[in-house]
Amino acid sequence: MYGKAGLFTKLLVYFLLCIIALIYLMPFFWMFGTSLKADTELLEFPPKFFPAKPHFNNFAKAISKFPFWRYFLNTVIITVGNLIGVVISAPLVAYGFSKVNWKGRDFLFFVMLSTVMIPGAVTMVPTFLIFKNLGWLDTFLPLIVPSFLGGGAMNVFLIKQFFSTIPNEMIEAAKIDGANEWTIFRKIMVPLSKPVLALISLFTFIGSWNNYTGPLIYITSEEKYPLALGMPMFMNRYGTYWNQAMAAATLTFLPTLIFFLFAQKYLIEGIKLSGIKG
Amino acid sequence: MSKKSSRNLVLGLLFISPWLIGFVVFTIYPVIASFYYSFTEFSITTKPKFIGFGNFSRMLSDELFWKSLTNTLVYVVGLVPLGLIIALGISLLLNLRYLKGVPFFRAAIYLPSIVPAFAFSAVVTLFFHPYLGFVNTILSWFGINGPLWLSSEAWVKPTIIIAAQWGVGGAMLIFSAALKDIPVELYEAALIDGASKFTMFRKITLPLITPTIFYYLVTSTIGNMQIFDLPMLLTGGGPANASLSLGIYIYKHAFTYTNMGYASALAWILFSFILILTLLYFAFSKKWVFYLGNE
Repeated sequence: MYGKAGLFTKLLVYFLLCIIALIYLMPFFWMFGTSLKADTELLEFPPKFFPAKPHFNNFAKAISKFPFWRYFLNTVIITVGNLIGVVISAPLVAYGFSKVNWKGRDFLFFVMLSTVMIPGAVTMVPTFLIFKNLGWLDTFLPLIVPSFLGGGAMNVFLIKQFFSTIPNEMIEAAKIDGANEWTIFRKIMVPLSKPVLALISLFTFIGSWNNYTGPLIYITSEEKYPLALGMPMFMNRYGTYWNQAMAAATLTFLPTLIFFLFAQKYLIEGIKLSGIKG
Repeated sequence: MSKKSSRNLVLGLLFISPWLIGFVVFTIYPVIASFYYSFTEFSITTKPKFIGFGNFSRMLSDELFWKSLTNTLVYVVGLVPLGLIIALGISLLLNLRYLKGVPFFRAAIYLPSIVPAFAFSAVVTLFFHPYLGFVNTILSWFGINGPLWLSSEAWVKPTIIIAAQWGVGGAMLIFSAALKDIPVELYEAALIDGASKFTMFRKITLPLITPTIFYYLVTSTIGNMQIFDLPMLLTGGGPANASLSLGIYIYKHAFTYTNMGYASALAWILFSFILILTLLYFAFSKKWVFYLGNE
């Protein structure tokens, strides 16, 4: 917004933003504070923010009831599988939709984008039955294999947008030099698209890491649980031990925090881009 | 068809073949199959048995269906406008020219939106805990006896709607980008004409971000009609089904009661609602969505 602002207005704005930022972070401070409390401190009313003395052994207790590393590893396997699937298949599809001229291309592209509107609930039952018939229930395959099949409409859309900024003259020149489409794709398009591929990798990471419905439907054995099922199970069984529950929640939250600290710059710029064009 | 264009057709289809296979196997086939199942009685152990409109007439007298449908509409009516006001409000503040420390504020507000629901829900359960929670502790300072939040039939939906506001980060960034795109010259010209800040907001800012508001309304409505994770993780639909969403109800019929036919019928009702709402948005968009030039 433009125009002048007085000192009072400025102070008011800063005050307001500090309050908002505090509100947005407060649940996580509360989580961490509670994770360090002694059992007796849980019963105090009103509760304190942070305990008099931090009890880090709540973390050890939580891990003894909750195989955090196992769940973490399962989540990593599923997420890496999705990353590989999306990064391999989405650029291929985007290339077919942007740099090859064929009849029906724009129509099929429109069809692909419209599928985003179909609720997951509609395809849920038949998809479940497909995986059941394949004998893939209670494996990671239903959570990974679909990502190899196109990598998601939004990702294809973003890569296609990026491809369209690469001049066709470059492709024509490569063709004159005798390169075929596959070489052009591998040697020109993919290397030039690293920024957008990095961006869709971030989106895929978040989407897969945070996926709750998929594991809920397909994974039944506890040793195959990702964090998405392990954390709620901990809450169901030991949720009344709030200090340990919050220690488990803190552990579950940490990977996201670390990811955020590394990726936030690209993520924030990327979401803006995808949002405007989307 | 010339040799080149038929070669290109093969080539194009080859490149998009991963999606094409996925589209046929995981979209077209499931959509057709679930449409058929919605007219059948089908538990996972038996073969689907055609029962005509049986599932749909069953819905008419299914109290939980009506309850989950109204709950879902309450979620949408609460979440969509509240999210718009908060995301747009914050992005307007962050867009102030004199503001310093924008990256910090933006990061603090954005971070919770990428925290997975299965971790966040545990935090919310404690945060709104009647006795141990932060919220009721603060309220007690003012002598207010806070409600039971998630354990109260009356408060559970409002609590979930409030909790979901920690996830407005993505929408905030999209609005921020739209605000940045508004040409500075428009404001400068308005300043020369002596326009007040409120007039500038109403006559410049608001019209120019209507396409983004429209995008938000459509995507947020489609997404929230399918609300599942947060109520499922926080309450499983309780207490007394007060937070049961249509998404959870469909899931329960499909996988807890293995009424796959009824679940499919419910899913198609959900899909119809989404289609109708989307069409309504597009039908009314011409009246208020403003496009500056062609691009």
